[in-house]
Amino acid sequence: MKIAVCIKRVPDMEARFKIGADGASVDEAGLKFDMSDFDGYAVEVALQLNEKSGGGETTVISLGPDVVQETLRKAMSMGADRAVHLKADKIPFDSFAIARALAAELKVGAYDLILFGRMAVDSANQSTGPMVAELLGLPVVTAASKLDIANGTGTARRELEGAAEIVTFPLPAVVTIDEGIARPRLPSLKGIMGAKKKPLESKPAQLGEPRIAVKSMELPPERTGGRIVGEGAAAVPELVRLLQTEAKVL
Amino acid sequence: MPNVFAFAEARGGQLRKVALEAVTAARTLADAAGGEVHALLVGAPGIGEKAEQLGAYGADVVIVIEHAGFGNYNAEAAAAAAAERIKSGGYRAALFSASAQGRDLAPRVAAKLGVPMAADVTSFEPSGDLIVARHPGYTGKVIFTVTLAASPAVISLRPGAVAAAEHRKAARVETAQPVGDPSAARVIVTEMVQGSSAKLDLGEAPVIVAGGRGLRAAENFKLVEDLASAFGNAAVGATRAVTDDGWRPHSDQIGQTGRLVSPDLYVAVGISGAIQHLAGMRTSKTIVAINKDKEAPIFKIADYGIVGDVFEIVPALTEAVREAKKHH
Ligand SMILES: Cc1cc2nc3c(=O)[nH]c(=O)nc-3n(C[C@H](O)[C@H](O)[C@H](O)COP(=O)(O)OP(=O)(O)OC[C@H]3O[C@@H](n4cnc5c(N)ncnc54)[C@H](O)[C@@H]3O)c2cc1C
Ligand SMILES: Nc1ncnc2c1ncn2[C@@H]1O[C@H](COP(=O)(O)O)[C@@H](O)[C@H]1O
Repeated sequence: MKIAVCIKRVPDMEARFKIGADGASVDEAGLKFDMSDFDGYAVEVALQLNEKSGGGETTVISLGPDVVQETLRKAMSMGADRAVHLKADKIPFDSFAIARALAAELKVGAYDLILFGRMAVDSANQSTGPMVAELLGLPVVTAASKLDIANGTGTARRELEGAAEIVTFPLPAVVTIDEGIARPRLPSLKGIMGAKKKPLESKPAQLGEPRIAVKSMELPPERTGGRIVGEGAAAVPELVRLLQTEAKVL
Repeated sequence: MPNVFAFAEARGGQLRKVALEAVTAARTLADAAGGEVHALLVGAPGIGEKAEQLGAYGADVVIVIEHAGFGNYNAEAAAAAAAERIKSGGYRAALFSASAQGRDLAPRVAAKLGVPMAADVTSFEPSGDLIVARHPGYTGKVIFTVTLAASPAVISLRPGAVAAAEHRKAARVETAQPVGDPSAARVIVTEMVQGSSAKLDLGEAPVIVAGGRGLRAAENFKLVEDLASAFGNAAVGATRAVTDDGWRPHSDQIGQTGRLVSPDLYVAVGISGAIQHLAGMRTSKTIVAINKDKEAPIFKIADYGIVGDVFEIVPALTEAVREAKKHH
């Protein structure tokens, strides 16, 4: 199968974030970057599908400044065959602007399957995949926690609140990948060496004018007033008293 | 245009609580502009009976589309119906829930309308011609404030962020036809798998008792379940460590990559408090933590902590909660 995976470069979420001087961005100094977690699962799913079928080609696509080429190389060191870099000064917050630029590139690729992460862990919009599908007129399954492809038909599982649904769909299609589906492999040394020679094409992203703007960014207020009520079962009566009289939840 | 559109989410012939939240939020926005709330309700034949309930939460008009092809969630047909109505109605804003269904539906509708959207919004208000919305990102560590210039402003609301509030209206009911044939959708739900013990959904329960790896084995979740049933109005949640090990289904997972919850009371049992877990529950109103390690990060965000062994403390707490409930 010809599979495309859209991957976003995001900061490592373990960091303590600081708001940048403009008040509307995260200060990137000292942060480590990698592909968004769900996009890593999506790359792994693509590689496994093509390994199972014993052929095919996996293309990874990323929109952003030149540094996203590092993320694309990482995906190729895992096993993706080729990469497309859609060049932009910065990655906009507006998922629809990103979706349009990705759709313009994906349209010409004749892919059987286009994979996205369920969400990018920084912007957390969870929108880009289904928007691209609409723009391309393709069927889409979001937040798949299982995915199988056989004879041009896909089967996926989606987790809902307190339930799950099993869906079937025809290819070509768009699927966004939830976690629990596959653990991304670590690039081997051979993979890392090989990735340097794989094709990476860079071209300008067709980004329109974003119509959703980040006005400001803040760190959430710290929860304060936390206290240890006591140790062991002896502390239970005091906890219950506080839940009744202070928190009024019991 | 002062009117506001709300998508009323239903499953299995019942309205979901998030439908009432969307209508409540739409009411607030419409009142600010002197407009009406129009709610769209799609479902299998019979769903129209739920229109009155939407009126009770502030809908002026309920547009009902009944079709056998809407028995299960039918994303393609629902998106087509919503987009068509929004286009013809000229709305200021279109509200969805950021539930599993709404997260799937809203971006499709926005793309059909050719407008951007603000997703998983915790609060919003009009500001002149713009809508200003807040949205948590970076696993809950950063809050974005965004401005939406497009019309309509498509917004999905984080479940639980707006409390559903009654606002009685005798809603006018309009029946409408689906756009195209809903039975001809390309993506078809072939099976619904009901959740394990989930009597109360995590997103709707006022109390959540969640267990972590500190419970040591799947069978010890009985302690968590017993405490939940002592509260009576509680659902059971879990950390990823627990769902990864298969002690609980993935649908019970709370956190960055699981459910985002904000109950009145969250009891964390044997949970360390990794940031990815906190991202899903830090907005709970009251947090209780039970952990044997007094340095565990969960204690930094817990209102009340008890240091010690869950196997000793949880049964005692279950007993005490049962007693307290008796005297109520
Ligand atoms: C991309 C990504 C996404 C993630 N998403 C999520 C997510 O959505 N949700 C999530 O929960 N995690 C998520 N995680 C995993 C997260 O980082 C933690 O690994 C996980 O939350 C830890 O679960 P835990 O608290 O149950 O286990 P642990 O961290 O192992 O903590 C167990 C705790 O139990 C205590 N304990 C042990 N025995 C006892 C006892 N007898 N009595 C009392 N206390 C005891 C210990 O002191 C310890 O604090 C994610 C990780 C990544 C990388
Ligand atoms: N700049 C980008 N380049 C490539 N893919 C992206 C980009 N931004 C988002 N995506 C894809 O869209 C998914 C969802 O992103 P979001 O809608 O922002 O949560 C991500 O998991 C990626 O698969």
